[in-house]
Amino acid sequence: MTERMTIRLEVNGRAVSCEVEPRTHLIDFLRDSLQIKGARVGCEHGVCGACTVRLDGRMVRGCLVLAVQAQNARVETIEGASDRGDLAELQAAFHARNALQCGFCTAGMLIAAAELIEQKPHASRDEIRKFMSGNYCRCTGYQAIVDAIEDVLEARLQRTSAPVASC
Amino acid sequence: MKAAAFDYVRPRDIAQVFALLEEYGDEARIIAGGQTLLATLNMRLSEPQLLIDIGALNELRGISVSGDRLRIGALVTHAQIEDSDLVRRHAPLLSEVAPHVAHRAIRNLGTFGGSIAFADPAAEWPACLVALRGWVIVSGADGERRIQADDFFLDLYTTALQPGEVILACEVPVETAASNHQFDELVRRHGDYAIVGAAVTGSMAATGLIENPRVVFLGTGNVPERARAVETLLETTALTVDTAAEFADALDIEPAADLYHSAQTKLHLSRVVLKRLLCKFAEARIEGRHEGDKHD
Amino acid sequence: MLRKRHQNDVGLDERRYIGSPVARPNARRLLQGRGTYVDDIALPRMAHVVYWRSPVAHARITAFDSSFARMMPGIIGIYQASDLEGVCKPWVATLSHLAGMKSAVQYPLAPGHLCWQGEPVYAIVAESRREAEDAMPYLQVQWEELPVVADMEHALDADAPVIHPELGDNLCFTRTIDTGNVSAAFEGADLVVEETYHFGRHTGVTMETRSVLADFNAADNTLTVYHSHQAPHMMQDLYSRHLDLPEGSVRVICKDVGGSFGIKVHSYPDDFATVALAKILKRPVKFVADRLESFASDIHAREHRVHARLAAMTDGRIVGFEIDDLSGVGPYSVYPRTSGIEGNQVLNITGGPYRHEHYRAVLRVVFQNKPPMSQYRGVGHPIACAVTEGMVDLAAQRLGIDPLALRRMNVMPDDSYPRTGASGIKLEGLSHEACLDEIEEMIEYARLRKEQRELRSQGVYRGIGIASMVELTNPGAAFYGVGGARIAAQDGATVRLDAGGGISVLVSVGEQGQGTETIFAQIAADTLSMPLGSIRVVTGDTGVTPYGGGTWASRGAGIGGEAVLQASIALSAQVIDFAARIHQRERNGLALADGAVVDTSTGETVVRLVDLATQAYFRPDTLPPGIHPELSATRHYAQRDYPFVFTNGVHVSHVEVDVETGMVKLLKHWVVEDCGRVLNPMLADEQIRGAVVQGIGGVLFEECLYDAGGSLRNGNMADYLVPMAAEMPDIEVAHIETPTATSQLGAKGAGEAGTAGAPAAVMNAINDALVPFNTRLTSHPITPEKILIALGTVSASK
Repeated sequence: MTERMTIRLEVNGRAVSCEVEPRTHLIDFLRDSLQIKGARVGCEHGVCGACTVRLDGRMVRGCLVLAVQAQNARVETIEGASDRGDLAELQAAFHARNALQCGFCTAGMLIAAAELIEQKPHASRDEIRKFMSGNYCRCTGYQAIVDAIEDVLEARLQRTSAPVASC
Repeated sequence: MKAAAFDYVRPRDIAQVFALLEEYGDEARIIAGGQTLLATLNMRLSEPQLLIDIGALNELRGISVSGDRLRIGALVTHAQIEDSDLVRRHAPLLSEVAPHVAHRAIRNLGTFGGSIAFADPAAEWPACLVALRGWVIVSGADGERRIQADDFFLDLYTTALQPGEVILACEVPVETAASNHQFDELVRRHGDYAIVGAAVTGSMAATGLIENPRVVFLGTGNVPERARAVETLLETTALTVDTAAEFADALDIEPAADLYHSAQTKLHLSRVVLKRLLCKFAEARIEGRHEGDKHD
Repeated sequence: MLRKRHQNDVGLDERRYIGSPVARPNARRLLQGRGTYVDDIALPRMAHVVYWRSPVAHARITAFDSSFARMMPGIIGIYQASDLEGVCKPWVATLSHLAGMKSAVQYPLAPGHLCWQGEPVYAIVAESRREAEDAMPYLQVQWEELPVVADMEHALDADAPVIHPELGDNLCFTRTIDTGNVSAAFEGADLVVEETYHFGRHTGVTMETRSVLADFNAADNTLTVYHSHQAPHMMQDLYSRHLDLPEGSVRVICKDVGGSFGIKVHSYPDDFATVALAKILKRPVKFVADRLESFASDIHAREHRVHARLAAMTDGRIVGFEIDDLSGVGPYSVYPRTSGIEGNQVLNITGGPYRHEHYRAVLRVVFQNKPPMSQYRGVGHPIACAVTEGMVDLAAQRLGIDPLALRRMNVMPDDSYPRTGASGIKLEGLSHEACLDEIEEMIEYARLRKEQRELRSQGVYRGIGIASMVELTNPGAAFYGVGGARIAAQDGATVRLDAGGGISVLVSVGEQGQGTETIFAQIAADTLSMPLGSIRVVTGDTGVTPYGGGTWASRGAGIGGEAVLQASIALSAQVIDFAARIHQRERNGLALADGAVVDTSTGETVVRLVDLATQAYFRPDTLPPGIHPELSATRHYAQRDYPFVFTNGVHVSHVEVDVETGMVKLLKHWVVEDCGRVLNPMLADEQIRGAVVQGIGGVLFEECLYDAGGSLRNGNMADYLVPMAAEMPDIEVAHIETPTATSQLGAKGAGEAGTAGAPAAVMNAINDALVPFNTRLTSHPITPEKILIALGTVSASK
């Protein structure tokens, strides 16, 4: 018999303390122990991206992280990021462009898209496609997703395009 | 699937890791980034009794330069390599290759040391380490060892790591002004394991001959494969854009078939990849600048 | 996005919402991760079931012992076929109108004869999935392997093992179409081209795997099933009949469904087993397939080999087509829609766009020891279109006629409808010529050809592939009902003005992301002149909605939409009637506008709908005698004019083939689609794009690879290659609109046209690129290795 362990971490801004089996991956912990269903299971081998959540601010495959490895960490799911308003621009763009259909990949897509716009504010269409190719979608043709991300990148560039200050 | 049950421990010091490895032997597995291990466990392809998480060993983190070597801690993630200025300056091959390693979500957790220890022949880092003439620094209860990359990858998923040993870091020589490198891989989909890939390194002299050439393939055999006949030829025969194809014809590796490609196809694709890499190698010298200088 | 109104326009007045790219109201919850999929639902005392599945393709169980497994923690019970006898009746999946079709009796759990790798045999029920999986290795099962039928070409050989001896052979279904005089026509032709096409078996890979949660209340004898499914009423009927429960005691609820594509329109043995277990255990039982078992247990599709011939004259006239289609399905026909439909459609659809008169086609569907095969998005169309369009391109090449020009010469003219195709398909009104004209302009055809020539001289090989297509949508009862299946071909909608002044729309057609609910809201909103936000749509619940068929064969917009339209029209008349009577106005002087009943001559508001509702629901005391307001209307609609309402379109794929590596780069893809009245261009277009990408999957990437022993070699997400974003092209979509006169709405279906035409277009583009090499690729998926073999670079050694 293996030992259950108590873990303490922060999930969507709230401190939680829970007993888990070590083999429990982060997604099963979120879904089954905390009833946070926005974290989804698509393959459990780290390929499809449906389980993408944030761990200490970076996106990860929740199925390839053990809950016990998240001890003392900050975990954020789509619900948390959404309620914080962190994804508002992307969500609005996805909605306007119909960049989702069945919605199963959407949580992972949005979290990946959020990391993209933060890390590659000048990403070309081709770079958007490459970055997002870690998230599988079977419903859309990916194009609306790329269009939505492009819209957000463009809007941000326009907002931040101030004249370059001289030194 | 859900993994079979195991116990988990996260030691605070490396001595504790050695003690546990001694006690549990084959029943224990080390987990670093877990990006390969957990997928394996989730499919119940492996059922260890104990996972030893080395994530608390801070001495395994960090990228640093000391003298003519760049040191990459075993726990450095692929994303950290991708984002590192030090790596870009001193081992730009790794910076260029990093975006090919799976996808960003995996790179955020997967570690360099983990990739080296697992030694998947279709992975990028083992081939790059051999191409850069790097070293693997390992530690065990009996102390530290320094193993040349050439001597580290022995067979499929088999390295020179002895039971009870842990990778501390890898080192590569710092790139010099004369160094050149090219990398490419063929994939059906961006981020997949390569069908075939190759890294070419060396210093190209004005004569077109290459000093210390390395031509290393991934995805062709059980370990990163050096195309030694091609390396020898590069040292003795001038490489130009027009002659690149002849070097590729001299390719002396014998790739095995995979799920989608016959051995003959893999050999052919290896030749094509090599020819194209050597072309770029020759071009880079002519243009006097390197691939790495261009924007991604 | 371009839309052109074509002739035969029946005409709806210009509306606010219909025809507009309205964003989906029900997408909001999905964007926040707050959708509800079956696995999100937890019921008290819920148990989990995991299935022990046959590890081999063909075997007979010789010994079974579950005593050790039972002792594992959390195990509630372990069940085999005999435990389900008397609880769930077996089935035979045939349809009487597919004459001569045969299939063996199938049980929810295999009673001992294991026929495919992945077939469910034993059920392990536990408090959690992981505990059930922990017990699985302790099940002691022994079996004796039997000879395997894994090559459909040999399934009917005299010495082939017969999977079900009681059937006599491995033939599931055969059919022939023969217009007569075909041989003479071919003999009299100037040119006969012949080619063989192979299509690799592949599968749907829905993001959300198959999921079912069955809840049986032993006191009431009622069954509630939460199902990730496309056809709740069909499943209600099946569960009721197979578990011997009155229909009214079974409720099937489909909440958010994470992708379906036809994979989830069928019944599965493990679904029946799960429901039976809930009845036996008297507690809720949940089954969520894991990804690995999905590859081996979801239905597969499209394993065909087609020999094709085309006869033409020197002037370009296509005289006839002939095909011989061999299709290898699983060991059982799939229930209840059968495994004969896909092949049947290949026969019906081949040659579809063209006006040749001569056609002969033979279909043989054979059983194999591989997962069962059945309808998956496009159902036969991708194959029929690839064969047809491949042959047309081959003929064009041999005749020295431009492929676009050859198609123009041979498609049924736009003004020649209604007419019947050579295969017997009845066509109401199509627009092949208009579509070809449109696409020629969109792609700048002349420029692409010029560029192609220039690049060829530089050793860069680009190709342009064209594919004209027809697609069946809005099926009438001909599809299933006529064959004895209790699958509704009609659908119903209830539209209701609620007490609070909002509108509820309850429809028997649901959605799995296509946007059908939004379209229904648009229709109701426009007809009732209410804001979109006031419309609440409810679907996917047999306890709530009218009875109907659900989502399949691209019928959601056309059939469900028409029901919503008719019910909305009926309600608007009832509302106006009520308003007229209590406000003493003439009915025909009133109309609905912006949430109120208005006087059409003055524009004056007579009464707001919200106030009418308040009066009707709460103040019947204020109503004049004899007035009984009905603020709810239900209408059902079935398409009864044609067996199907066909749509048409044309695809063009632009590719670049790296002849050294065999890699194909998809440069761009265009589609001109005529799906009748476009209700929401944004939704229609992304549906088309998604379908195109699925089609691309089949032509370039996807195949379930089996070894000679019937074992699946690539059943995981890393080895089975589904298309990801980086390799996909931008897909430009335009529409021609030829509304159908079979309904007032005039909408045809659009969900599958992308899958139908994309494989043909991409294959044709690759072959066009490789014209200088005098070789053609006709085996899907067209992998780099196949291209290298065709080019003679490597030999076919495997």
